[in-house]
Parts: sequence; C-alpha cells; structure tokens
Amino acid sequence: MWKWEVVWQVMPDIVSGLVVTLEAVAGGMILALLLGLLWAVMRRSKSHVISWPAWGVVEFVRSTPLLVQLFFVYYVMIDIVGRGFSPLMTGILVLGVHYSCYTAEVYRAGLDAVARGQWNAAKALNLTPYQTYRYVILPQAIPPILPNLGNYLIAMLKEAPLLSTITVLEILNEAKIFGNEHYRYLEPLTIVGVLFILLSLLAGLSVEWLRRRTAAMTS
Amino acid sequence: MSNLPPPFDLLPFLLQGLWITLFITLGGCAVAIVLSVLFGVWSKSTDPILRWLSAIYITVFRGASALILLYWFYFAMPELTNIRLDAITTGILVLGANVGAYGAEVVRASLDAVPKGQYQAAAALNLNRWQTMRYVIFPQAILSMIPPFGNLMIELLKGTALVSTITVTDLTLQGKFLRDDTHRSLEIFGLLLVIYFLLSMTITAVFRVLEHRYSQGRDYGGGN
Repeated sequence: MWKWEVVWQVMPDIVSGLVVTLEAVAGGMILALLLGLLWAVMRRSKSHVISWPAWGVVEFVRSTPLLVQLFFVYYVMIDIVGRGFSPLMTGILVLGVHYSCYTAEVYRAGLDAVARGQWNAAKALNLTPYQTYRYVILPQAIPPILPNLGNYLIAMLKEAPLLSTITVLEILNEAKIFGNEHYRYLEPLTIVGVLFILLSLLAGLSVEWLRRRTAAMTS
Repeated sequence: MSNLPPPFDLLPFLLQGLWITLFITLGGCAVAIVLSVLFGVWSKSTDPILRWLSAIYITVFRGASALILLYWFYFAMPELTNIRLDAITTGILVLGANVGAYGAEVVRASLDAVPKGQYQAAAALNLNRWQTMRYVIFPQAILSMIPPFGNLMIELLKGTALVSTITVTDLTLQGKFLRDDTHRSLEIFGLLLVIYFLLSMTITAVFRVLEHRYSQGRDYGGGN
C-alpha cells in the first residue's frame, strides 16, 4: 500500500533526475531545431546529391525505434571507438537527431506554405540563397509553425525517459534505482508518472497559448 | 554461429525475437483500435460521465510517457493491487492503450469532420445512436482516419522495442544479448535498424492499400 514516508525519502532523487531530464530535452531540442532546418533546406535543393541524402536520413530515422538508435550510438562508441561521449551527451545527440527528422517535416510544410511569389521576388531582387532564406522566407515560414514545433518538444519530453536505458541518471532511472535499493517501486514510479502528466498538460497549454498568439499575429 | 557471411550470420539469432515483436505489434494494434474507437466516440457523447472518462484516459495515457507507463504497470501495480500481469501481456495492453489515446483523438477529429447535416439527416430518419454511427457517420469518417492510423501503427511498432526493458525477449533484447556476447555492436544494431525500417515500410504499404480500397467510388473528401 501507499506509504507517504517513502515519498519524502525519494523526492530529492526525483528532483535531481528531473533536472537531468530537462537538460537532455533542452539540449536535444536545440539540436533538433537547427538540424531539422538543415534537412528541410537540403531537401529543397535542386541537386539530387544534396536532397536525396537528407530525404533518406529523415525517412530512415523516423521509421526506426529511438531505443535501438540509442543502443546503436552508445554501444558502437564503447565497442568500436573505445571511450566515446558520456551517456548524457549520447542521449542529447540521439534525441536531437531523432527529432530533427520530425522538425524537418514541420519546417518543410512551413516553407511550402510561403507564397511562390515571395521566392520569385527574392530572385528578382538578386538575393543569394542565404539572403533569401534569412530575410524573406524564414521570417514568414517560422511563426505559423511554432506550435507544431512545440508539439515535438512535448513528444521529446515524453521519450526522454528512454535515456535511462543507457545509464543516464534522469528521472526514471533515479526512480528505478531507488526502487531496486528499497524494494519499493509504487511511490517512485507513481510520482514520476504524475509529474510527467502534469508537465505534458502544462506544455500542451503553452502550445495552445502560442497557437492563439501566432494566429493573431499572422492574420 | 552459422555459415552465412557477416553480418548475416547474426540473423538467425536476432530473428528469434522477431516473432515476439510482431506478436506485440499486432496485439497492441488490436487493443489500440478498440480503445481509440471506444474513447473517441465517448469523447463526443452527451453523457458527461463518458466524456470525463475519455478525457481522463486520453490525458493519462498520452501524458505519462510510454516507458514510465510500462514500468508502472509492471513494477508498481503489483505492489498496489496484487495483480501481476506477465511481461508480454503488460506490453500489449500498455502500448495499445498508449497509442489508443492518440488514436482516440484521431477518431474524434474525424467524427468532427463529418458535416453536421449528416447527423441531422440521420436524426430525421429516426435512426438510433448506434445506427447513426454504424451506417452514416463511420463509413464517412473512416477514410480520414486511415493515414493518421498508419502513422500511429508505425509509432506502435517502434514502441514495441520498449518491452525489452521489462524482460520480453523481442528483437531489441535479442540484439542486446547478442551484443553482450559478441561486442559486434555496429553490425547487430545496424541490422536491427534495417529490420525495423523494413517492418515500418510494410505497415506504410498496408495502409496505402487500405486507403486506396476505402476511397473507391468516392468523389469527395480528398480520396482518389
């Protein structure tokens, strides 16, 4: 049955695990936002040498499990390269690359939604590709897709507990270690579950707020 | 291990886990479809209790991450209730319920997309709620459900890898065992990624066929 004294005992571990989880999500998201933009721009290139690799990476990564991708990078670094990244760095890298393939699709939809005439106008003004994206296309493409990017931030938060499988001391791993030591899983796992429900509710509300703001801005 | 050239000599051992992965994917798929339709329809019910039930289900099973849910039902629930499910059953039910929570939203959105006049026409014909859903609304809503359900099934397939963490010897856990024995990480996990990729492609193909079949004879709603 539920014991409150276990709750107070486990709380410090949970909080320190939560900090690591949020670090991983923040790092992963920055990587996903930048790399996703790279894939999206590459896929619009007229040269197949540039557009096909980006297409291949995005399709492949989206179709395979994050867990196996984590194992792939983590164990290949250990077995083949010798000592590689720390578990947390591996986790951030894999989360970032995995979700970049989802953000790439969001960016792509955003770029497609920019009116054809804007591209033509940039060309008529003799802007370079960099100037076209920087000053004409991205300022119009990014605001309407912010809520969709936010949804992937939430999705990433929900998959971050997978990092526990490569020994990152994030929230689920802290709960599990506590459980192994005290033979009590009920309180730690329930707290973690409830925390995640609250976090994703909060994140969902923020995305909804953002959706209204950007809708008001662009209309 | 066998006479095939590397890395394919690893395949026979890895594929032993394939059946478990397929079994959990299909089982989870069945659970997910039942729960999505049930809670998707309930979320539009006139009965506030059913609406609340469906809101709670969607919030809990979407909000708490899949791995945490899996751990909770496998490790924590027995301490609370004395009910202990075996790992495979837990995997099928939890992953199915997790994907089903996303599916319920898909069902709800598709039901919303059916024009209001169709509900009114069904009411005018004096159809009861079951008949309205069965003969008027669902046949129209199902086409717009198919593509998002295809994506959800791929999410489910990818999610099955998580059952390896609660001791189910699926494809992923077989890979991990093999890695601990041989340390041929690059080949083992590379092969696993390719196998999962091929399975995802298969799901995509199946749902393309379904979409094509359900769009036969329609001249609206984006089908062709």
